[in-house]
Amino acid sequence: MQRKILEEIISRQGERESLAYVIDTENGDELIFSKGKKTNYPELDMEIIDCLKSDRSKLVQIDNKNFFIDVYNPPLKLLIIGAVHIAQHLINFANNLNFDCILIDPREGFANKERFADVKIYNSWPDEVLPELGIDERTAIVTLTHDPKIDDVALDYVLNKSCFYIGSLGSKKTHNARIERLSKKHSKEKLATIHGPIGLDIGARSPAEIALSIISEMISELRL
Amino acid sequence: MAISDHDIINIALEWKNNGRKVAIATVIQTWGSAPRGVGSKLLIDDLGNFEGSVSGGCVEGAVIGEASDLFKTGNAKILEYGVSNEMAWEVGLACGGTIKIYLAELN
Repeated sequence: MQRKILEEIISRQGERESLAYVIDTENGDELIFSKGKKTNYPELDMEIIDCLKSDRSKLVQIDNKNFFIDVYNPPLKLLIIGAVHIAQHLINFANNLNFDCILIDPREGFANKERFADVKIYNSWPDEVLPELGIDERTAIVTLTHDPKIDDVALDYVLNKSCFYIGSLGSKKTHNARIERLSKKHSKEKLATIHGPIGLDIGARSPAEIALSIISEMISELRL
Repeated sequence: MAISDHDIINIALEWKNNGRKVAIATVIQTWGSAPRGVGSKLLIDDLGNFEGSVSGGCVEGAVIGEASDLFKTGNAKILEYGVSNEMAWEVGLACGGTIKIYLAELN
């Protein structure tokens, strides 16, 4: 690999671009592929687009040549609504998993640098800030406040987006009441995509254990 | 701190910028159960330092050995590792899978 190719991948990754590095494993010819670009082989273009979509790197054989397609998609994004105790542990797990974490809570007493050193914080109402955050199919969101004033506005917004995971903290009773409120504006099918009560059932008790069950559910949604 | 696949390419550039020779080993194909997926990377420098992984620790030693050859010849190559034979002194994957690795220098 040429250093200048590596530098280009790194700098374009910083811009959250979706890229593929393609190398002919016999002669070492290499290129960077992104949306709208073409190689000399239409069949290879289709394979690359497929790899980017499925987020999987792959070796393909086209025209008696072997091409390795290495996918560089932007990091997954995790939006956390509610700067509560569970959020502190959730951010630790998510940072280890290489998520870009964003914490949203209008209450400055909760969301501040003292309590949350390693995360980008917005002291705003979710509906004010969510439209600026480029929510896509590589984004997960969890609502943790239990407060309908904060959680519902976030859910109302993301239900019309393509997040790969939506989870809401709260008991079955709380969740049913939440679904009831949101059903005025959203279909049953859409509301069923919200994971609530949130997290895999691993008998979690402490905030760290609950965060673990949430992050595990998120990864299973992504990978299974 | 644990190194993610995302950090690996940044480390590769950092090593290169520090004047080290850098080899990148990438898993390009797997058959059966393999410990790390396609695209997983192991970095090796000319002093034998390494970061990342291409298996669960089963074949890294052999790949590091191959990298020192690569630094001499500069020729990229494809390595293949399969199931280890307990009776022979060979490197292999205990999990029963087979992996193909592309090993090339960062120029």
